[in-house]
Amino acid sequence: MKISSIMCGAVIALSALAGSAARAADITGAGATFPFPIYSKWADAYKKETGNGLNYQSIGSGAGIKQIQAKTVTFGATDMPLPAEELKKNRLVQWPMVMGGIVPVVNIEGVKPGELVLDGETLANIYLGKIKKWDDAAIKKLNPALTLPSTAITVVRRSDGSGTTFNFTDYLSKASKEWADKVGADSAVEWPVGVGAKGNDGVAGNVAQTKNAIGYVEYAFAKQNKLTFADMINKAGKKVEPTVTAFQAAAANADWANAPGYYQILTNQPGDGSWPITAATFILMYGEPADKGASAEAIKFFDWAFAKGDKMAEELDYIPMPQSVVALIRKTWDSEIKNK
Amino acid sequence: MNPLYARRRRKSAIAMMLCVGATVFGLTWLVLILATLFWNGLAGFTLDVFTQMTPPPNAQDGGLLNAIVGSLILTGLGIAVGAPIGVLAGTFMAEYGRYSKLTSIIRFINDILLSAPSIIIGLFVYGAVVVPMGGFSGLAGAIALAVIALPVVVRTTEDMLLLVPIQLREAAAALGMPRSYVIKRVTWQAARTGLVTGLLLAVARISGETAPLLFTALSNQFWSVDLLKTMANLPVTINNFINNPDPNWKRLAWSGALIITMAVLALNILARSLSARSQSK
Amino acid sequence: MTSHSISDSADMAASRSRADALASFKTGDTIFQWMTYLAAACVLLVLGGIIVSLFFGAWPAISTFGLDFLTTQRWAPNARPQAVLGGLGPIYGTLVTSVIALIIAAPVGLGIAVFLTELCPQWLRRPIGVAVELLAGIPSIIYGIWGFFVLGPWLADTIEPAIANAFEGVPILGALFDGPASNLSIFNASLVLAIMILPFVTAIARDVFSTVPPVLKEAAYGLGCTRWEVVRHVVLPFTRVGVIGGIMLALGRALGETMAVTFVIGNSFRISGSIFAPGTTISAAIASEFAESRDLHQSALILLGLLLFVLTFFVLAAARLMLMRLERKQGA
Repeated sequence: MKISSIMCGAVIALSALAGSAARAADITGAGATFPFPIYSKWADAYKKETGNGLNYQSIGSGAGIKQIQAKTVTFGATDMPLPAEELKKNRLVQWPMVMGGIVPVVNIEGVKPGELVLDGETLANIYLGKIKKWDDAAIKKLNPALTLPSTAITVVRRSDGSGTTFNFTDYLSKASKEWADKVGADSAVEWPVGVGAKGNDGVAGNVAQTKNAIGYVEYAFAKQNKLTFADMINKAGKKVEPTVTAFQAAAANADWANAPGYYQILTNQPGDGSWPITAATFILMYGEPADKGASAEAIKFFDWAFAKGDKMAEELDYIPMPQSVVALIRKTWDSEIKNK
Repeated sequence: MNPLYARRRRKSAIAMMLCVGATVFGLTWLVLILATLFWNGLAGFTLDVFTQMTPPPNAQDGGLLNAIVGSLILTGLGIAVGAPIGVLAGTFMAEYGRYSKLTSIIRFINDILLSAPSIIIGLFVYGAVVVPMGGFSGLAGAIALAVIALPVVVRTTEDMLLLVPIQLREAAAALGMPRSYVIKRVTWQAARTGLVTGLLLAVARISGETAPLLFTALSNQFWSVDLLKTMANLPVTINNFINNPDPNWKRLAWSGALIITMAVLALNILARSLSARSQSK
Repeated sequence: MTSHSISDSADMAASRSRADALASFKTGDTIFQWMTYLAAACVLLVLGGIIVSLFFGAWPAISTFGLDFLTTQRWAPNARPQAVLGGLGPIYGTLVTSVIALIIAAPVGLGIAVFLTELCPQWLRRPIGVAVELLAGIPSIIYGIWGFFVLGPWLADTIEPAIANAFEGVPILGALFDGPASNLSIFNASLVLAIMILPFVTAIARDVFSTVPPVLKEAAYGLGCTRWEVVRHVVLPFTRVGVIGGIMLALGRALGETMAVTFVIGNSFRISGSIFAPGTTISAAIASEFAESRDLHQSALILLGLLLFVLTFFVLAAARLMLMRLERKQGA
């Protein structure tokens, strides 16, 4: 019969195709969307240099933790560090890979990047639904020179579990007591208002698409996509612009050496020049991996990224880890991850 | 003309105008959607779409080669698994079990599966394949698509075989042909065009499916034809790229959307013209 | 003697090969029959598999939340000490979007079917019929991105403010159309759904309209009925069951539609009285949260899936039964 023979042919051809496919030793990882631009850039460069690919799925920090626990990937990536005891329980090793800033982005007609100024409390009130319109007195007070429309604010937030959300809500909790009481800080919270979008890219896309919207994204997403970011008033009461210098000023406060599991949260740091919503993004790997070969390949990639990836990171407005911290992390790899 | 009749005529005319309006309304959407697709899809359409891999963010080039190939593999495998089972099941219903109670139950359930939400199929395959296998894979995606293709093929096969005149079967049986030969050599041959139509419709149905692939095949940034790993495919790639403000990704997503829609519409039109030809014969 | 034995053995050989051939036919026959039988059983197996796997996946959530799941609006997968998950938001969204979609699509679909069967010139029937059916062929993700990029902004900039202003201050309706115009809303999702199910309503309505015996219509026309009167008093009553069945079938589609809705509904678990506010549906919730969910959260999403499956199962079953009733009537 023709049909069945065609189908048999198709099955054979497909299985031959699948069988003959070279099983390239791609490193697999999954997790945070926050560092996705830099990871995929590194992956691209690493593939050109060594021929080894890295298949990174940016499916959100929550999913990254889930995937590494299910052992479906070689490494997980999260912006929400796991506390030391949880690492121990799951026999995971954690280290920071790169740092960056989270910025509020808006889409208001006539407002250009950096023109709008917000502080923590106002931002919290917008996300609480208490400030409903752009010409609210609280926003006007911070921006006396701007003409703001009397239109309703469309709040955009993440619909998936996200380390970006964790750092953002952590900051809002520190800046607003009401936020801390009502909502709190987590990778996924019960949002009082707003539309949910998936991933940093989804929030960026939604804000770009929706008039009078506000959202929060990793700085690289805002800058690459020419979104209108807002300036913030930091803990010291000074107005800061989201720049690599401001992120570095905040990151300089971190004391990595004395944090077990490198558990450090970098929001609302002191200092005149510190950007208030700065965050590090972390890698999770097993201390005693099932597939030692894949684990060693992954470490090779991260080692390469620390050695040669700094310039690429800076190009995308991430902050590379300081050399002293990288030395600490290399020591951690040697002592805690058993690839042999 | 008496006023009552005039009023009835007027009422009728208004109602008929509304029907014309409804038709215009319905067709407007089709035109609008296709226009949007062509406008955005062709704007950034280059040959690279077919020859390059999906790019990292903020690149200027790149294409959809791995996603297109992945989609072809998943769809092909889905049909290769779903279609034989579907044809055989349809054959059972039209030939062996034509008058049995079981057939009417199967027909009823098949009709329900035909319209069952595809995301439910995704959940089912996640529980039945992804979890036991320990991870997302192209294979799981193909199985999900096979489950969606199955009822389409069952339905069309049964319908088409029922159209074959019983006399053909009787004549063949009278020549001493065993029943399976009658079915394979006579009934299937007679219903050939109809069966192919069913397959085309099934391909059209599954090649645009996104929801069941979201948590089965997932996606892949690179070229991979390994069925046990996550596999790039057009619908999920469109889903991931379209929401991104990166203009290059957005451009590729629109191109992908245009490709997939054109492919599905072409399959639909092909299937319809095939069945129209066989009916007019 | 010898010649006799030779022909005898030839006979025997022939009869043995004939017996062999018959036997192999017979085994082939049996194997083939069993293959079709097994394939048919596969259809049942798939349904059984779906129900069993959903039920097992949903069991932790069923045993934790019980019936409260249906009445709780709060959706907090990360709440301490234990997740609080209620399905009311997505269930509400699913029902509301589907019903609004039907309110729009049913009359329009029937209108198109009337046009195609009663008014349209012969040569135009096929092209228009195919065009409407092509709407059904467009993958749902395409509807989603179209709704997101084209329909959403247009609704938010023009239609929604106009409606909101018109009904401002009117009780009930004012609340229904209240709130900031948003690209992503229940209204947008309903409209996209309406466009998606339009071809289903049209196709089935056209099919059942064509089952009306011409002699009935001719008799009515002969009495001097206008076109509308024929449709209203002859065609519709005769095909009522089938039309309702078709509409239910479309409803089944709308309830489970995923990608198109996920793009435009806004993923908010909070129930809002306004249809211009964001919401969520069962399928949208699963699509956007499933990949990263764990433990109870995942189980609750599967439970939502189970509820959706049960709901669509009953709607579709009712639709099929109605259509079957019409077929029987037609056959009788």
